[in-house]
Amino acid sequence: MKLPTFSSSVLLLGGLAITSCSGGGGDAANEILIGEYGSLTGTTATFGISTKNGIDLAIDEVNAAGGVLGKQLRVIVEDDQGRPEEAQTVVTKLITRDEVVAILGEVASSRTLAAAPVAQSNGIPMITPSSTNPKITEVGDYIFRVCFIDPFQGFVMAKFAATTLKVRNVAILTDVKNDHSVGLTQVFTEEFGKLGGRIVARESYSEGDTDFSAQLTSLRARNPDAIYVPGYYTEVGLLARQARQLGLDVPLLGGDGWDSPRLTEIGGPAMNNSYFSSHYSPQDTSQLVRRFVGQYQERFGEVPDGLAALAYDAAKLLADAIARAGSAEPAAIRDAIAQTKGFVGVTGTISINAQRNADKAATVVRVAGGKLEFVETIRQ
Amino acid sequence: METFLQQVINGISQGSAYALLALGYTMVYGVLRLINFAHGDVYMVGAFAGYYIANNDAVQANLGASWMTAVVVMAGSMAVCAFLGILIERFAYRPGRGNSPYTLAFWLAIVGSSVGRMVGGSTPALLAGAAAGAVLGVGLDRLGIRPARQSSHLTLLIIAIGVSLFLENGGQLAFGADPKFFPEIIPTRRIQLGGLTVDSQRLTVLGVSVVLMVLLTLIINYTKTGKAMRAVSFNLDAAKLMGINTDRIIAFTFALGSALAGAGGILVSLLYPRIDPLMGIMPGLKAFVAAVLGGIGSVPGAMVGGLIIGLAEVMAVGYGQSTYRDATAFVILVLILLLRPSGIMGKRTSEKV
Amino acid sequence: MKKAAFWIAALAVLGGLQLFVRDIVGAYNYQILVLVGINIILAVSLNLINGYTGQFSIGHAGFYAVGAYTCAGVVVYGQEAIRGATGFLPELGQNTVLLLVGLLCAAIAAGLAGLAVGIPSLRLRGDYLAIVTLGFGEIIRVLILNVEAVGGARGFSGIPQLSNFFWVYLGVVVTVVTVHNLVQSSYGRAFISIRDDEIAAEAMGVDTTRFKVLSFVVSSIFAGIAGGLFAHFTMYLHPNTFLFTTSFYLIIMIVVGGLGSIEGAITGAILVTVLLEVFREFGAFRLVNFAILLVLIMIYRPTGLLGSWTLVRAGRRPGRAA
Repeated sequence: MKLPTFSSSVLLLGGLAITSCSGGGGDAANEILIGEYGSLTGTTATFGISTKNGIDLAIDEVNAAGGVLGKQLRVIVEDDQGRPEEAQTVVTKLITRDEVVAILGEVASSRTLAAAPVAQSNGIPMITPSSTNPKITEVGDYIFRVCFIDPFQGFVMAKFAATTLKVRNVAILTDVKNDHSVGLTQVFTEEFGKLGGRIVARESYSEGDTDFSAQLTSLRARNPDAIYVPGYYTEVGLLARQARQLGLDVPLLGGDGWDSPRLTEIGGPAMNNSYFSSHYSPQDTSQLVRRFVGQYQERFGEVPDGLAALAYDAAKLLADAIARAGSAEPAAIRDAIAQTKGFVGVTGTISINAQRNADKAATVVRVAGGKLEFVETIRQ
Repeated sequence: METFLQQVINGISQGSAYALLALGYTMVYGVLRLINFAHGDVYMVGAFAGYYIANNDAVQANLGASWMTAVVVMAGSMAVCAFLGILIERFAYRPGRGNSPYTLAFWLAIVGSSVGRMVGGSTPALLAGAAAGAVLGVGLDRLGIRPARQSSHLTLLIIAIGVSLFLENGGQLAFGADPKFFPEIIPTRRIQLGGLTVDSQRLTVLGVSVVLMVLLTLIINYTKTGKAMRAVSFNLDAAKLMGINTDRIIAFTFALGSALAGAGGILVSLLYPRIDPLMGIMPGLKAFVAAVLGGIGSVPGAMVGGLIIGLAEVMAVGYGQSTYRDATAFVILVLILLLRPSGIMGKRTSEKV
Repeated sequence: MKKAAFWIAALAVLGGLQLFVRDIVGAYNYQILVLVGINIILAVSLNLINGYTGQFSIGHAGFYAVGAYTCAGVVVYGQEAIRGATGFLPELGQNTVLLLVGLLCAAIAAGLAGLAVGIPSLRLRGDYLAIVTLGFGEIIRVLILNVEAVGGARGFSGIPQLSNFFWVYLGVVVTVVTVHNLVQSSYGRAFISIRDDEIAAEAMGVDTTRFKVLSFVVSSIFAGIAGGLFAHFTMYLHPNTFLFTTSFYLIIMIVVGGLGSIEGAITGAILVTVLLEVFREFGAFRLVNFAILLVLIMIYRPTGLLGSWTLVRAGRRPGRAA
């Protein structure tokens, strides 16, 4: 039998020869290479873009101040188009072809979960700025995060709803395609129940939906005092408008996924009288936050969202860890990240705990008149 | 009951958007037997065209938020989409039917501009790259590299997928991949009818869709071009023999279908004012399902199909699980096609021997 | 005898390559090599429906998903039981049993799904069939999205890495040999007769119903196996991997390569997978240029790069599956 694959295998080898001939390296003598992967295109591109902006700002600052260990940091960015399998491929590329010493990314937990095993098995530290699924750092001892995890954030909003807002009947609208939203829903339901509240209705939607009128109509029939929508601002703005159009005027509650200037741009006045838990408040008067917000606005023309702030912190924390490690060896960097205590970032003071998660406080923010107002800080 | 009626209203407004898109699919399918997968992306371009026109300084200064703005935005976006439809037909689909000069030049100019942009990083470099690509394309054409002119059903379909990929990714480059906010070009009011709440925009959308559909029906049934369209759709070769300029009729069909997609883009953006370059994928697919459901090639079928899909989705979400929303359209499709393999209003065609 | 020698040689060569292929090509190229292999299995199997039997399916991602999730589910939830039963074997032996059991279940599940889609689809032709297969693919994906046991919308993590270059390319060899033998047999002639003229085929006594369903089922079985291999290579599954766009890419592979030939499907799978990686050099322009290339290939070479058979002139013999 003649193998039909012959002509094709020649082609395959040719193709691989092309892929392997370019790329890689960098000027090892005075550069430290860091990899970043994110959704620069695709349906969740806006998250990837914010994250990239935050990282760029941080890295340029570090480089302007003389770099780390006398070397400049260089970030190699790969786009995963928001697809988990692409995330895995590009992280493999970053680690094995570009030979980066550390990885920053992703926002969506699904992509981080797909890529984390690659970093772990290659012994390259990875810091996710904003993936909140608890499972991520369980992948292994090379995986870290600088944000709080879902259980804490769900607890924060439940506590705020029950004790500060004093509402009893809450309806929940979950983005079921988004693990972050599903996680927050679970925790909120539990914690809010413990505090004596009642979940009167549950509905769901999917990332990318534009029409929520059916769900909102069903919720309206249950007369909730507030609606918890732990999704992303890309949907929440539209959802709020449709809620108001249907005559649902109760407060909307949400999580850090809301944190973006686009929230009020898309939602307009419909967003008024809504609250969400977040990592920081752009209104924060601390010098660090003011400088970050100012520089970000100057460079990118808009107020940074929560993702940009977390990405900025992740990059800064990584640079700090490399400096503390005293070497650009991945294992040394890993140890230094793990030992981070009291790192002061724009999203609060970050200490990495034994589970490689960040211990930090959460802020509750109120939307009023198109602006975000600080309400209170809730600690663990 | 109140909730149910409210859901019906929600479903009809969602369905009228699908119907507008489905019309484009059905018309193109009628003349070319082609599933124009790029149609949903034309709808996206329509929404962005509207976005840029409405935010244009001259428009804002002269018209402000008035009904005139809405008319200008709508007409502008329909014109842009009609032009885009003609371009797509001319450079992607026509080369499969017959010789179509400058095809290679057109596409290589785009590749060239991207290379120019990457290497040079400036607008002159981009233009130089485009010029180089175009010259290369014309040169290759002179050397005898011509379209093969024997595209089958399947190759046309792959071309359609290619055009769709091109528009989606080109859109992300041109407009930015992050979502934009579509300005409120007509004022919105909440109208209370007993326990039902309708907002004025939904009524506008419904009204404009109905007007457009009536206009389309009039064009197809009572104009000479419409007659020619029906002839081409009935039998392309026979129409050609009867002296109909089929290429022109096909181009016109694309322009008309794309203009409707553009109008759909604006109307949907009024209701759901978040637009992004990938917004056309799912509605495009659902509208296609609606067209098949109604019987592809049938204009009233497309409207009925769109309304059924819209209503079914809203009911599935309202009384079931939202995760099944995307599956609803397909389940209905499978069920109806099993009972009526050529759709609700499609003609039964017996296989030709 | 000759057959046994072929399989022993194949096992030996692949096993030998597995030992050092990763070190030679590097981890990134290794990853692409394995993905190429998975895409070859998918493309060659899809070609059976679209290329040989002339039916038009764009729902292959659905069967791929069924296989991936079944295999991963069986392994993750049955791991303890299977390891317990095979405790006498060394680690490698246990892993092999685990993977083979998973793949078997994946093949069965995907085959059943193929049967379920194949039967109702028989009444439909052309574009109607196409859209229904696409619909089935999406329905399968939405169903998976709602199964909490396999992670639902959060994705399925914690899948052990059991598959590698060896297993994937063994899968490629099995797929290619099976499809090759099938299309060379009387079954294959029946498939091709349906493609070329269904009514004539029926008149000649070909049980078109049976053969159409058969091509769906065989094709789905291999898609399921590809899914299982993928799941245990990437260790994480997410429903978004199995969107209808994945089916589109598979169609692109077989049409670009040349419909109705095994070499064509293989070439297409390699070309599309490798090109998408090479085009990373274009940065943001990657997919735009890929799309243009695709359109140009189809305009200038509608029969595909290796194809000698065109749908317009039905009746000509397809490229011989060498």
